[in-house]
Amino acid sequence: MIDLAIPAPRDPPSPAGAPPALAVEGVTHAFGTRKALDDVSLTVPRGSFTALLGPNGAGKTTLFSLITRLYDNRSGSIRVLGHDVRREPAAALSRLGVVFQARTLDLDLTVTQNLVYHATLHGIGFGRARRQVLDVLESVGLADRARDKVRQLSGGQMRRVEIARALMHRPELLLLDEPTVGLDIGSRAALVAEVRRLIAREGIGVLWATHIIEEIEAGDRIVVLHQGRVRAQGAHAEVLAAGRAPDIPAAFLALTSASEEAERREGQA
Amino acid sequence: MNSTPGSPSETPARLPSSAAPARIATRARLPLSGYAICMAGICWREALRFLNQRGRFLSALVRPLVWLFIFAAGFRSVLGVSIIPPYETYILYEVYVAPGLVAMIQLFNGLQSSLSMVYDREVGAMRILLVSPYPRWFLLLSKLVAGIGVSLLQAYAFLAIAWFWEVEAPPIGYLTVLPALLLSGLMLGAMGLLMSSLFRQLENFASVMNFVIFPMFFTSSALYPLWKVQESSLPLYYVCLFNPFTYAVELIRFALYGQFEPFSALVVAGCAVAFLLAAIVAYDPSAGLMARRGGPEAAK
Repeated sequence: MIDLAIPAPRDPPSPAGAPPALAVEGVTHAFGTRKALDDVSLTVPRGSFTALLGPNGAGKTTLFSLITRLYDNRSGSIRVLGHDVRREPAAALSRLGVVFQARTLDLDLTVTQNLVYHATLHGIGFGRARRQVLDVLESVGLADRARDKVRQLSGGQMRRVEIARALMHRPELLLLDEPTVGLDIGSRAALVAEVRRLIAREGIGVLWATHIIEEIEAGDRIVVLHQGRVRAQGAHAEVLAAGRAPDIPAAFLALTSASEEAERREGQA
Repeated sequence: MNSTPGSPSETPARLPSSAAPARIATRARLPLSGYAICMAGICWREALRFLNQRGRFLSALVRPLVWLFIFAAGFRSVLGVSIIPPYETYILYEVYVAPGLVAMIQLFNGLQSSLSMVYDREVGAMRILLVSPYPRWFLLLSKLVAGIGVSLLQAYAFLAIAWFWEVEAPPIGYLTVLPALLLSGLMLGAMGLLMSSLFRQLENFASVMNFVIFPMFFTSSALYPLWKVQESSLPLYYVCLFNPFTYAVELIRFALYGQFEPFSALVVAGCAVAFLLAAIVAYDPSAGLMARRGGPEAAK
């Protein structure tokens, strides 16, 4: 009975015809007259690391709010593993794990208590959740801190606990909103490596929002978001081609400043 | 255990299975047992937080006790209370204000938990709650139930101390007051929930006290019977009549003496439903205030 609430074993990575981990199509979202997102379409294939690259204010957090259904998209569609977030929110949200930009752990509770609480929100019973805690903590290398209060952890460790928490209900899509903000270089690299290992092992799709270009590797998919619009997306080489640049930093700069220039010209005309 | 990638000990449950597509199709509906687990989890977290914040419990208890020990003792000689239902004899002023103070505990608790939700929203804990696959109305209701649980503990602790201060209700009253406390807790909690959706940021609790708690408390039958208010000021009397808090107080007062006050129960239940529905609409992802409220800054 309880088992039903837990995501079923996931499909093999990218079988032919299976829906991608995340498919956003033609999503526009405005707050008043300000368009935070303008006709955004992007895909996160299963088992991929997709970097959502954009400067501050590009619309990354708005996009995350729509995917996690804090509020609804008015236009376009957002599908998690083929489930429309608006039409089948339960099916979509149960396949989704999120690490928000802001810290969202209860500092006065222990690591285990935080994880068990999250599991119950997904309908996983206390007993089963407790058994699962060590598993997920082990996968982020924190099994020995299970009984500690969150307050006693370092910033990097808290982030890893948040990732462990997002994995408690075995999601097939993991969203991370600038997870490395405020971390030192060492913990930042460790965190990125951790998530990459998860992809290799579990085949989940990851959407990693960031403005730190060093976190991207050659095999990643990249989506460049700027002022609410997708400026380029695809494999490394495709983004380089779109930006007509030799490396990602240059391409990113070209894609984000060229558009600004064009808009300025448009504004003057 | 070795945590190298692909270690067989970690993956058995995650192997692809041929039954997976069929199971996924049935998962569009969440099982009922999951609802129970979800609500239990939310209540459990509230209980843990409560145990971690004993200061909050004490201050919630000290407030009404100060009113009872000092204010009521001082006013005992000034205010004579004649015999009105549910009382059968002349009573001390302390006895009269006790039910109002119980309602005040719930009022504070309801608003405090709503403020903690605003705080939760700021630090993001609210977002963790809202990404649960369970329907939003159910999540809010669970949060409300958890808050009522805490307010019940506080109310009974106060009644226990008041008993030693000669505020003694008939023994059966301590049982019959429970449903009244649940209903009034629901109304005041739902009111707090609604207010939490209206605040954009963590407001100063002092301003909530000034603009919500004290006006509601003073324009009710908590401190003085309504006939006395009517004698001194007719407009104030009408304000009291339209204050839902008055009915929460009267519901608790009658229930504490083993009596049921149907009109108060009706008003409190009606207000509870209205506040709750409004709060659910306010938190609804498509119709709600969150979407209209502005950029992600409000929601982070």
